[in-house]
Amino acid sequence: MKDLSGAQTVIEAKGVGLVFETGDGPLQALKDISLTIERGEFVSFIGPSGCGKTTLLRAIAALEYPNEGTLTVNGMPPDKARQSRAYGYVFQAAGLYPWRTIAGNVQLPLEIMGFSRAERAERVARVLKLVDLDGFGKKFPWQLSGGMQQRASIARALAFDADILLMDEPFGALDEIVRDRLNEELLKLWAATSKTIGFVTHSIPEAVYLSTKIVVMSPRPGRITDVIESTLPRERPLDIRDSAEFLEIAHRVREGLRAGHAYD
Amino acid sequence: MIWAWGSLAFWALATALNVWLARAHSRNRAVRLFIPALFGATLLLVWEGLVRSLGVSPVILPPPSMIGVRIAESLPILWADFSQTILKGALSGYLIGCGVAVAVAVLIDRSPFLQRGLLPVGNFVAALPIVGIAPILVMWFGFDWQSKAAVVVVMVFFPVLVNMVAGLKATDALQRDQMATWSASYWQGLFKLRMPAAMPFLFNGLKIATTLALIGAIVAEFFGSPTRGMGFRISTAVGQLDLPLVWAEIAVAAFAGSAFYGLVAVIEKGVTFWHPSQRGRA
Amino acid sequence: MRSVLPILTVVLAIIVLWYGATVALNAQWTRDQAARAGVEVGFSEIVRDTLAQTRPKLPAPHQVAAELYQSTWVEEVFGRRGIVATGTLSNRSLIYHGWVTLSATMLGFAFGTGLGILLAIGIVHSRAMDMSFMPWAIASQTVPILAIAPMVIVVLASIGIKGLIPKAIIAAYLSFFPVLVGMVKGFRAPDAMQLDLLRTYSASRARTFWQLRLPSSVPYLFASLKVGIAAALVGTIVGELPAGASAGLGARLLSGSYYGQTIQIWAALLAAATLAAGLVVIVGAIERVVLGRMGMRS
Repeated sequence: MKDLSGAQTVIEAKGVGLVFETGDGPLQALKDISLTIERGEFVSFIGPSGCGKTTLLRAIAALEYPNEGTLTVNGMPPDKARQSRAYGYVFQAAGLYPWRTIAGNVQLPLEIMGFSRAERAERVARVLKLVDLDGFGKKFPWQLSGGMQQRASIARALAFDADILLMDEPFGALDEIVRDRLNEELLKLWAATSKTIGFVTHSIPEAVYLSTKIVVMSPRPGRITDVIESTLPRERPLDIRDSAEFLEIAHRVREGLRAGHAYD
Repeated sequence: MIWAWGSLAFWALATALNVWLARAHSRNRAVRLFIPALFGATLLLVWEGLVRSLGVSPVILPPPSMIGVRIAESLPILWADFSQTILKGALSGYLIGCGVAVAVAVLIDRSPFLQRGLLPVGNFVAALPIVGIAPILVMWFGFDWQSKAAVVVVMVFFPVLVNMVAGLKATDALQRDQMATWSASYWQGLFKLRMPAAMPFLFNGLKIATTLALIGAIVAEFFGSPTRGMGFRISTAVGQLDLPLVWAEIAVAAFAGSAFYGLVAVIEKGVTFWHPSQRGRA
Repeated sequence: MRSVLPILTVVLAIIVLWYGATVALNAQWTRDQAARAGVEVGFSEIVRDTLAQTRPKLPAPHQVAAELYQSTWVEEVFGRRGIVATGTLSNRSLIYHGWVTLSATMLGFAFGTGLGILLAIGIVHSRAMDMSFMPWAIASQTVPILAIAPMVIVVLASIGIKGLIPKAIIAAYLSFFPVLVGMVKGFRAPDAMQLDLLRTYSASRARTFWQLRLPSSVPYLFASLKVGIAAALVGTIVGELPAGASAGLGARLLSGSYYGQTIQIWAALLAAATLAAGLVVIVGAIERVVLGRMGMRS
C-alpha cells in the first residue's frame, strides 16, 4: 500500500491551452487549464460535448500536445511519462482485438513492453480476477457481453501496473443497470489498488458517485468552471446516491454546468 | 426422342422437388447441399439428353458421358498438363506474386505519399487487360513454365497489393491510440495490430488471385509452350476437333480452379475465424 | 487533388524505370551486333542504340508512343487507306482494331448485364432459384472461364457463327457473373427495418421492388458494372486470340507476337489499356451523376 496521507502531486497543469487547426480555422479546444491531481485521487471531468474534457485527458496521455502552458505527469512531460508506463488508458469502446482471446488481449501491452512469458501469465490471471473475469480468459471478445468486454479492457489497462488510470467515458455505451454495477466495481478496484484515476463522463450521478474531486468544464473555449472536492466518504454503497449530501454535491455540479452555458 | 422427353421430364420433376424443398426444408444443411447438387445433375442430364436425341455432332458439343469416358482414358495426359500448367506455372507464380505484393504493401504503408500515388495507379492497372502482356513475357522468359509463372506474377500482383494496402489501413483511430498509450514501436504496431487486422482484406485479394493465376497460366500457353500444358492441349485439340479432350481439360481446369479457391478459403477460415463474416458459419 | 503530385511521381518513376529496363534488356543485342561487326561500343552508344532498335526486347516509351501516333492519327488522316482518303477506317490503324474490339465488348456487356440483372431479380424473389443457382454462380467465378474463350470461338466458327457474335458471347458471359452477384447483393441491401416498414403499408412485392430494392441496389449496380465492363473487354481481347481472327486488339497482339513486332504488341497493349480505362471512367462518371441525382454520394 502506498502512503495516501502524504500528498504527492501526480498530474499538474499550469495554464494549459490547446488549439486544433481545422478546416474552418483554429479551434480553441482548451484554454488556461490549471489543475493539480494528488496521488490516490479519483478525479472526474464533466461537461457538455465539446468542452475539451476528452482532449484534456488525451493531453495528459500524450495523445495530444498542448500549445501553451506546462503539463507534467509524475514530474515529467507526458511523453516521458508514457514511455515509463505511468498510466493505463481505457477508451470509450473496449477496442479488444477480435483475433485474440480475452487473456491474449489483456497480455497484449505486456508483450509490447517485453514482460516474460511467466510474468505475463501471472499478471493476466491476477487482473482478470480483479475485474471478476476469471474463467473467461480463453473466450473471444465477441463471445462476451458489452459490459464484460469493457471489464476486460479495464483489466488490460491494469495489467502493467501503472499508477494512473485514465478512463474516457468507459461506460458511456453501456446500459444504466450494467453501468451501476461497473461503477460499484470500479470503486472497489480503486480501493484495492490505490491508483490515481482520471475519469471523463457526462453523467452527473456517475461523477458524484465515483469521485473525490469533480472538475466541471464548459465549451468554447474548453475551460474549467469549477472544481468540487467531494465530502462523501471513501466507502460508498450504491444507495448513498439517495442521501442529502450526494444530492447537494450533484446540485453544485449542475449549477457549475449551467454557469458554463450562460456564455452561449 | 426418349432421351429428350425423358430428360425434360426429369428437369421438370427435379425443379418441382427443388421448389418444394426450398420452401419446406430450407434450414436443413443436407437440403442446402442437395438442392444445388440436384440442379447441377439436372443440367448434365438435360445436356446429355438433348445432345443424344437431337443428334448433335460431338465435334460441336459432346455429351457429358463421352467427356467422362475421355477423362478416364486420358488421365496420364491430363495429369502431365495439370502439373505443367497448374503446379509449375500457376502455383509458383501465385506464391511469388502474392509474396511480393504483400512485401511491397508493407513497404509503401510507411509512406502516405507513395500510397496516394501507387494506389490509384494500382487500381487502374488492376482493371486493365493484363493478360495482354503474355506474348511479351513469353518472348522474354521462353516457352516453358517460367514465362507462365511470370504472367501469373504480374496478374496477381496488383489485386493483392491494393487489398493489402487497404487492409493495413483498416484499423481505427482508437486502436492506434491504444498502441500509442503503450509506447509500441512501429513494428510492434504492424505485427500485433495492423497485420492481423489486414487479413480479411488480404484473403479477399488472394481469392481473386487464384482465378487470375489459372487464367494467366493457361492463356499464356496460347502464345507458345512446350508440347504439354492445359492451354497447349486445348488449342491443339480444338485444331484437331477433338472436343471431348477439350472438355476434359476444361473439367480439370474447373476442378483445379474450385479446389485452389477452396483451399485458400479454408486457410482464410482458419486465419480470420474472428471476423464477423466467418463467425456465423458452421 | 492532393493525389496529383504523388500519382505524377509514380508515373514518372515508372517511365524512368521503363527506360532503364529498355537499356538493360536491349543492350545484349547491341553488344552482339557490335561484336559481329568487330567494333567496340561505349556506354552512350549502347544507350542510343537500345532506345531505337526496330525489334527490341522492350521498346522504349517514346517508340511505343510514336507507333501509337503513327497507327492512329497518321494512318487515318494521311494514310492511303485512312478515313480521310477512303471514308472508311484503315485496317492498319489501331482505331479500326479498337473499334472492332469495342463493339463486341459493348454488345456482350449489354447482354450480360441485362441477363445478370434479370436473373438477380428472379433469385431475390424465388428461394428455389436462389438455392439451386447461386452456389453454381459463385463456384463458376472460381473457374478460369476466360481460358476457354478461344475454344468457344473455334467451335462457334465451325458451326458457321463468326465475327462479332462469338466474341460478344464471351464478353457477355464474363460480365454476367459480376453483375449477377453484385445485383443479388444490391437487391438485398435494404435492411429488415426498411422492409418491415413497407410491410406495415401492405406494399406488394412489385412495389417493394420498384420503390425500395431497385433504388437501394444502384450503388451495387455501378460497382459491378465497372468490374463487368473491364471483364467484358478482357474477354473480347482473349476471344480475338485464336488464329484466324484478323481484326481486333487481340489479333494485333497475336500477330505482333508471331512476327516479333514488339513495338506493335506494346502499342496494342497500350490501346487496350486506354480503352479499358476509358470505359471504366465513363461508367464512373455516369455513376457520379446518377448517385448525385439520387442524393447518394459515392
